Amino acid sequence: MTAHSIFRETLRRLARNPLAMAGGAVILFFFVLALFPSVFSGHDPNRIDILKILASPSESHPLGTDDLGRDVLARMVHGARISLSVGFVAESIAIGIGLVIGLLAGYYGGRVDSVLMRFVDIMLCFPTFFLILAVIAFIGPSIWNIMFIIGVTGWMGVARLVRAETLSLKERDFISAARAQGAGTGRIMFRHILPNTLAPILVAATLGVAGAILVESGLSFLGIGVQPPTPSWGNILTAGKDNIEFAWWLSLYPGLAIFLTVLGYNLLGEGIRDAVDPRLKGR
Amino acid sequence: MYRYIVRRVLISVPLLIGISLITFGVINMAPGGPIGISSDLNPKATAEYRERLKAYYGLDRPIYVRYGQWLGRMAVLDFGDSFSPDGRKVWDKIRERIPVTLSINLLSMATIFLIAVPIGIYSAVRKGSLFDRIATVTVFTGFAVPTFWLALLLMILFGVHLGWLPISGLVSLEHDSLPLAGRVADRAKHLVLPIFLAGFGGLAGISRYMRSNMLEVIRQDYVATARAKGLPERKVVFRHAMRNALLPVITILGLSVPDLLGGSVIFETIFAIPGMGQLFYQGVMSRDYPLIMGILTIGAFLTLLGNILADVGYALADPRINTGRTG
Repeated sequence: MTAHSIFRETLRRLARNPLAMAGGAVILFFFVLALFPSVFSGHDPNRIDILKILASPSESHPLGTDDLGRDVLARMVHGARISLSVGFVAESIAIGIGLVIGLLAGYYGGRVDSVLMRFVDIMLCFPTFFLILAVIAFIGPSIWNIMFIIGVTGWMGVARLVRAETLSLKERDFISAARAQGAGTGRIMFRHILPNTLAPILVAATLGVAGAILVESGLSFLGIGVQPPTPSWGNILTAGKDNIEFAWWLSLYPGLAIFLTVLGYNLLGEGIRDAVDPRLKGR
Repeated sequence: MYRYIVRRVLISVPLLIGISLITFGVINMAPGGPIGISSDLNPKATAEYRERLKAYYGLDRPIYVRYGQWLGRMAVLDFGDSFSPDGRKVWDKIRERIPVTLSINLLSMATIFLIAVPIGIYSAVRKGSLFDRIATVTVFTGFAVPTFWLALLLMILFGVHLGWLPISGLVSLEHDSLPLAGRVADRAKHLVLPIFLAGFGGLAGISRYMRSNMLEVIRQDYVATARAKGLPERKVVFRHAMRNALLPVITILGLSVPDLLGGSVIFETIFAIPGMGQLFYQGVMSRDYPLIMGILTIGAFLTLLGNILADVGYALADPRINTGRTG
């Protein structure tokens, strides 16, 4: 089978999985919101209107207003951009680090492998949320710091995955063939081994993005997530929690958005896992 | 077995050293070092204070000497004095909080285990059934819901509107005047919501893992053999398949320690439970660096301990693990 038809077959299996498709549709929906926020809300997400504090949903403010009279719909769609980016960037950092460490450990083996894998074990000993909070306490909660720290504390799973794949791939004939043709170490690692590890990485990435979005919302709840006035779903929800008795809309919508996005990523990830390797169906 | 445990503990020594290196790195990560940041950002950092810190961190010495000192202090659990007004020893503050957090986490773990394992087994046995689908969506829902949001909703429903459950603390005001049974019931009521939430959030990991293990095991020859010799399906599932699928779950339980500890920051903050998580949150908010570093170290140490216990438990449960008895 050619690579192309394997890919098509995988997509076909994915398309037959209703839960994964539903998950994908939810994520797509939020990405569209994030890409074109002004299409969905004409309001400025940061415009304060003290005459309309905590106004309930109405025609001009379909999702109501928050404790500073800002339009909740506008904050939600602009917040989508922030929250989805936090998930995406943080997980990209994690994948980048995990890939390099996993490839090096798996390919070189021996001492390199044991040193790198001990480092993974050490990182895994830290309760991630503790480590994130501690570092944020030192370097401050800017949005870049948050993406960075979620990324550098979340790469260990990817490193282990890539290492395991690399260990088995490097013994295969096509790698020997590439080496016999004179391919250098870098070329073998990145052109021949890396593409073959992409499927499990994609699954891990999908779940990782979901995790990062949840972590940001947790940080926001503690007041050290993305800082207002920049809207993120986490900090809109946090503003909502203080007014939950009088303004349900302020906590309901961001809560649902986080929940649906994280659920969507999880279902999609499970679906990709099943589709990529039918042997693992249901694992 | 004794030798296995000793070996397992010895393997952890390099990890402990690594943990100390990383925590030391975190302190020195701040621009200006530990003193710069604490005096810039901490309003309580007076000149006298700065001197104390300087002496504590020994900033006039080279970095490897400072690391050596840090390591030496950690070995005797000396994390210095807290920045908070009471200025107590960090270790004393942490020590009195550990039992609360640990007991809640153990209860949560037991709850997760007791609910997730049957869900995983049944989902695997009836793969693709309605139950399997509903269970899949339910466990992922638990994972995907922002914990604090669900916590608030439940607090409002059960605490405020229905008035069935208390919403903060570990005991009521009148706890001490209650008879023994009343005191137990009082505590239990306070724990219902936190443990339900931790349990709901943690279901996905174990139940999915159990499900995939069962699916794997059911395909094995010995399960086919058990079926072929005419054993009832119930016996095949619970006697032959479940036992083998259950073993690796012990390891996963050990691995869930850091997540539960991390989650305790949010639970304990929401429910005003005086545990390590709440202390850590207070430390972060008041930039109480010695306290933060202390809890970070202790948290990593507890995780390491959890992993060792899980490995030893696994070795006890599975006779195939070579514990050094035979060579």
